[in-house]
Amino acid sequence: MRLRTVAVLLVLAAALAASTVAGLALGAVRIAPDRVFDIVVGGLSGERRTGAFAAIIWDVRLPRVLLGAVVGAGLAVAGTVLQALVRNELADPFLLGASSGASAGAVLVIVFGTGAFAFGMGLPLAAFAGSMAALVAVYAMARRGGTMTTGRLTLAGVAVQYILSALTSLVLVLSAHPDQIRSVLFWTLGGLGGARWDELALPATALLLGTGLLIALARPLDLLLAGEEGARTLGLDAARFRAAAFVLTSLVIGVLVAYSGAIGFVGLMVPHAARMVVGAGHRALLPVAALGGAVFLVLADLVARTAAAPAEVPVGVVTALVGGPFFLWMLRRSTRTEGITG
Amino acid sequence: MTGKREVAPPVELAVEGVRYQIDGHPLLHGIDLTARPGETVGVVGPNGSGKTTLLRCVYGALRPTAGRVLLDGADAGALTVKDRARRVAVVPQDASGTLGLTVREVVAMGRSPHKRFWEQDGPGDARRVAEALETVGAGPFAARRFEELSGGERQRALVARALVQDPGLLALDEPTNHLDIRYQLEILALVRALPATGLLVLHDLNLAAAYCDRLYVLSGGRVAASGPPHEVLTEELLAEVYGVRTRIEVHPDTGAPNIVYLPLDGNSRTTAG
Repeated sequence: MRLRTVAVLLVLAAALAASTVAGLALGAVRIAPDRVFDIVVGGLSGERRTGAFAAIIWDVRLPRVLLGAVVGAGLAVAGTVLQALVRNELADPFLLGASSGASAGAVLVIVFGTGAFAFGMGLPLAAFAGSMAALVAVYAMARRGGTMTTGRLTLAGVAVQYILSALTSLVLVLSAHPDQIRSVLFWTLGGLGGARWDELALPATALLLGTGLLIALARPLDLLLAGEEGARTLGLDAARFRAAAFVLTSLVIGVLVAYSGAIGFVGLMVPHAARMVVGAGHRALLPVAALGGAVFLVLADLVARTAAAPAEVPVGVVTALVGGPFFLWMLRRSTRTEGITG
Repeated sequence: MTGKREVAPPVELAVEGVRYQIDGHPLLHGIDLTARPGETVGVVGPNGSGKTTLLRCVYGALRPTAGRVLLDGADAGALTVKDRARRVAVVPQDASGTLGLTVREVVAMGRSPHKRFWEQDGPGDARRVAEALETVGAGPFAARRFEELSGGERQRALVARALVQDPGLLALDEPTNHLDIRYQLEILALVRALPATGLLVLHDLNLAAAYCDRLYVLSGGRVAASGPPHEVLTEELLAEVYGVRTRIEVHPDTGAPNIVYLPLDGNSRTTAG
């Protein structure tokens, strides 16, 4: 691994540690960083601390910060891979409808079925199926006629995302589900407030396995950038690999969305920034994007719960307020360089 | 399989009765073509005559509707994608959508057919890539983003990518398209000097005559003529296939046919197929 990549990873790891401390210290109750440090170290060494601060940090903020880091990393990795799969920097799990598909799948299971089937994995599995279906639909629509343009890709993605979000909201509002409006907000704009220790293992496992596997597949991911025909002449059956990578990415997105709702733009901005720092080769890009995504979402969630305190803003609102303008800037750039049609 | 030696021996290519049609429109009507190991064979013909389609059938981007492509006597359609890429390298007309990969990274992709998917490039690969970059004069811009290059610089990088692939057959689709005349001559001389068999689609008939051992002239998806350049490139054939009047002489310095195009004359013009 190049020295530059290692340096960037170290800086990002330090940034993640710092934003974690900030995420634990700040909020409705402010806790001094040295107390935060004591409580975390004490908790880790098995010492059961009592008291309000320990409860706030250990039971509320720490699982929330960890979920934010896991989801942010996973969305950035998924965005990076989606961008290679469609060879377009404007791809993102949310903008391509995958996150909304996952939400729709999850909500359908919650309202009409039971999350208890498949050994309690019904919710993430349904989210996976939803995200997969949305991606396949968007990809098929954007590819009609053999070529894929930025215009058709983003329009198909946004349309599918709207339809699925509307479906999610409709099902929730019509259901007898208590607390409907809050769950509409959760599933369409995301939220990390419900983080619990016993629900961290699955998203963390999905992140680590998925990211590890995708880093191992860095070479074929790079080859996709040579295009369908180019990849073939360099020894990669692009269609087959792409299908497998879509399944893997949908799985990561589905599992994350099942616990965080549909949070947008992380998978758009972070991969782009990471590319500017370490280039487009996936072996360096994926780990950098993962750490960058973790830092970004932990900070975005911190803003979401402190900016309008005591009220809480859905974290997807924060990421969209940053990511929307970023998307427009990128769209303008790509229109200038490649020409946009269809 | 080439055992320990990485450089594949030159491939003997045989195209047998290859037809290709899309949505009922035939683009190739049964093409026969051969290239002996190490030979440099040119494919020329007017726009829409099927040159690129034929080349894509040879390197496997298209599956012929009928007929076969044989590499050393074995049906290329039966090879895995990876095995085929070990033997046939391609220089496409252009490439885009590389999302910021550097020139060096794009060239290094040429090592992929010789690697497992999870395997990283080693120092030997890096050396090969550096050599190939020097060979095509791409060393000075190796660290730049591929997409920021000019068309000619990109084309040279794609030639370098094909070189590190160590192919037995090198297929080039108008490799001189965007190049300055100096680089046109260099690239064609390079392809000729390689041990690999070369199959080139070329626009420029004088360059084709100077650098190819044999030529195939395509017209309307059929082979209109084939053979050594001096036999194939005649004033009559060019009038028939391209609809142009020419003067062809053997050039005293090169010994190759030299074509001079005459202004169009309405009366003698025939329509190109």
